[in-house]
Amino acid sequence: MSEQIFFKVTIDNITIEVPAGTTILQAARQIGGTVAPPAMCYYSKLQGSGGKCRTCLVEVAKGSEKDPRPMPKLVASCRTTVMDGMEVKNITSDKVIDARAGVVEFLLLNHPLDCPICDQAGECHLQDLSFDHGKSATRYEFQRRTFKKHDLGKNIQLHMTRCILCYRCVFTADQLTNKRVHGILDRGDHAEIATHIEKSLDNEFIGNVIDVCPVGALTDKTFRFKNRVWFLKPMDAHRDCPTCSGRVTLWNRGDEVYRVTARKDEWGEIEDTPEGKPGWICNTCRFDKKETSDWVIEGPRAISRQSVIAQGHYAGNVGMTKPTETFKAVNGGRTPHLLLDIHDESEVNQPQLHLGKIHGPSHGDTFNNKIENA
Amino acid sequence: MGVKLLLDKAHVPGIRTYDVYRREGGYRSVEKALKEMTPESIVEEVKKSGLRGRGGAGFPAGMKWSFIAKPEGVPRHLVCNADESEPGTFKDRYLMEFLPHLLLEGLIVSSFALGSNDTYIYIRGEYAWITDILEEAIKEAHANGWLGKNILGTGFDCNIHVQRGAGAYICGEETALIESLEGNRGNPRIKPPFPAIQGLWQRPTVVNNVETLASIGPIINMGGDEYAKIGVGRSTGTKLISACGNINKPGVYEIDMTISVEDFIYSDEFCGGIANGKKLKACIPGGSSVPILPANLLLKTAKGETRYMNYESLSDGGFATGSMMGSGGFIVLDEDQCIVKNTYTLARFYRHESCGQCSPCREGTGWMEKILQKIETGKGSMSDIDLLWDIQRKIEGNTICPLGDAAAWPVAAAIRHFRDEFEWHINNPELSQTSNFGLQHYADPIHVPA
Repeated sequence: MSEQIFFKVTIDNITIEVPAGTTILQAARQIGGTVAPPAMCYYSKLQGSGGKCRTCLVEVAKGSEKDPRPMPKLVASCRTTVMDGMEVKNITSDKVIDARAGVVEFLLLNHPLDCPICDQAGECHLQDLSFDHGKSATRYEFQRRTFKKHDLGKNIQLHMTRCILCYRCVFTADQLTNKRVHGILDRGDHAEIATHIEKSLDNEFIGNVIDVCPVGALTDKTFRFKNRVWFLKPMDAHRDCPTCSGRVTLWNRGDEVYRVTARKDEWGEIEDTPEGKPGWICNTCRFDKKETSDWVIEGPRAISRQSVIAQGHYAGNVGMTKPTETFKAVNGGRTPHLLLDIHDESEVNQPQLHLGKIHGPSHGDTFNNKIENA
Repeated sequence: MGVKLLLDKAHVPGIRTYDVYRREGGYRSVEKALKEMTPESIVEEVKKSGLRGRGGAGFPAGMKWSFIAKPEGVPRHLVCNADESEPGTFKDRYLMEFLPHLLLEGLIVSSFALGSNDTYIYIRGEYAWITDILEEAIKEAHANGWLGKNILGTGFDCNIHVQRGAGAYICGEETALIESLEGNRGNPRIKPPFPAIQGLWQRPTVVNNVETLASIGPIINMGGDEYAKIGVGRSTGTKLISACGNINKPGVYEIDMTISVEDFIYSDEFCGGIANGKKLKACIPGGSSVPILPANLLLKTAKGETRYMNYESLSDGGFATGSMMGSGGFIVLDEDQCIVKNTYTLARFYRHESCGQCSPCREGTGWMEKILQKIETGKGSMSDIDLLWDIQRKIEGNTICPLGDAAAWPVAAAIRHFRDEFEWHINNPELSQTSNFGLQHYADPIHVPA
């Protein structure tokens, strides 16, 4: 094998070295944080995906070391490979911020915003995107488009109104199953995901379209209206599955398994198995194995702290950064006596008390005994 | 009387048939190219001629040809883009219908230059009868040894296949055309890679407009240098203009690009003036997607110079005060035409033809259409104009293919030059339903919203 060539690329003034052929988006994800552009349609595990949603547009201020001309238009970072010496502006470019706000507005234009009854709420990429880049109100004053309802079978629920036409599910069906039965019909703003003739999606791996769907267009019928994702505790689990890797995330409440999904990384994409293959799971694992006894539980799932799913669960788990400084250090060497600052309140009630002199957690007795101020 | 290269034989009776075409000197360029020239020297000749793509973008054809990748053992393809769907453009239809052999002649020479043994004509589905004409012409060319195996004993094999589209404007975009030709949904591809590297079936491909390819024959016959002498500056050769709208003589005209816009509209040789003695209000000089120009900026540039019918002069002043040559669909609007309605019609077209792949175009075109409909029906408000401006700004340049730009430009130009007419529509909701704004914009300076 020939030696791999590395390119230096600067994204938002942070320079990183990546192998030739890496896209700008992948390079930015290696830096992480807000430098990584949002991506609604790109899915690194699906060949040919990307370039459609236009949320990942970035400005290329310098093409490469050899050809330093800037690119005339904003480019889709998910489909543009880096060149040596390329300088990319993401959040440091006003043009990008402006264009991205426009794209978010376009994506939300015909979106029903039925988050309160949507099963995807809480883990929806469009929610995250509009929270980060969108405006609080829409300028659209017309009726939103609707579609004729299509039944995709007993496992998968299609809500076409929520769809942003990312084509991910089409690529998934193309690349995971031997015969795709659904696709995009029509064009323009009346394009829709459908099977043309009412047909159920029943391939053994077709359930993965639920995992790749960035919005609530394709959801799990076995989980429909059962619970909100942020009330569920995600647990990593596995089973010996003859068809797939069997590595999943169980979404429990109490002992009950509400739903089963593949394991997703911080970008919302399927995690790789230890063998380095995408960890797609089969329909049996996803829809039929809903007993805790079916699974070997490995432990709590690491969910990023930013995610609404992390609400109240597993504080200090992986994915959360524990502060390195102790309370004492940031407090100028003073150990707090009271973790709760009741200073204001007690001044009204017990002005004679000097709260700083009270040791340890205080309770009613502390005040009733009227500890004397030293 | 200007020079005519493409249409000089168009009125010979029976020119559509091979015998008459050959008697009138047809297929000479194929003989010359295949017997006396090498593929490289043909490309060189086309480069010298300065021929620019006639499909709309005006990219130098010779340059495009020289980009084609030539990996060993991989077939290359030439595709003729006959999916002429731009509203206002009908020049290719005329060429193919009356002079099918002129196109074939250019195609054979170009195929030889590019090394394409299988050349495709992708024709729009609505031109069904032209498909028959082309297929008849191909049959004749086969019978007379201009197509097939070992053409003229030179060892060059070439077949031309005609493929009908299914009626989508977007399939005129070269990568969407390639997708459609492969049998897929006509969605534009994300570039790079460009078709010259990975096109049809991932093979190097050149996609050229009908008129561009038809011009190759005359270029080879007369030589690139001679061809470059026609016209002015970088606008060399002759261009077909399909003139339509409120003019006395709509039709396809061949011009040599030195004629002024005023002459073109008012001379009896071409458009013959505005119909019914009306006054000129505005013009879309290059097919529906290029910016519309008010009469004062159409005849004279912002600097006060005469505007000519060529690539440079029409785009003089950029989009602020100029337009584009485009595909040559010259749409003339007289004083009775309503710019709001015209813009609404165009927006409706682009909404209908958006492929729906990328979000700014899919959602933005529909939104613009709805707002324009609102203004047109007298329900608009002043903020709608600024909103329209903002939407078009966010579509332009942010889409996969140029359809987004094509949808945004007409709206932008209409607001830029005719903002007062939009305002009049909004301020006079009832009056605007029954009467017309007319020519009041002449007194108005150009508005460029921030």
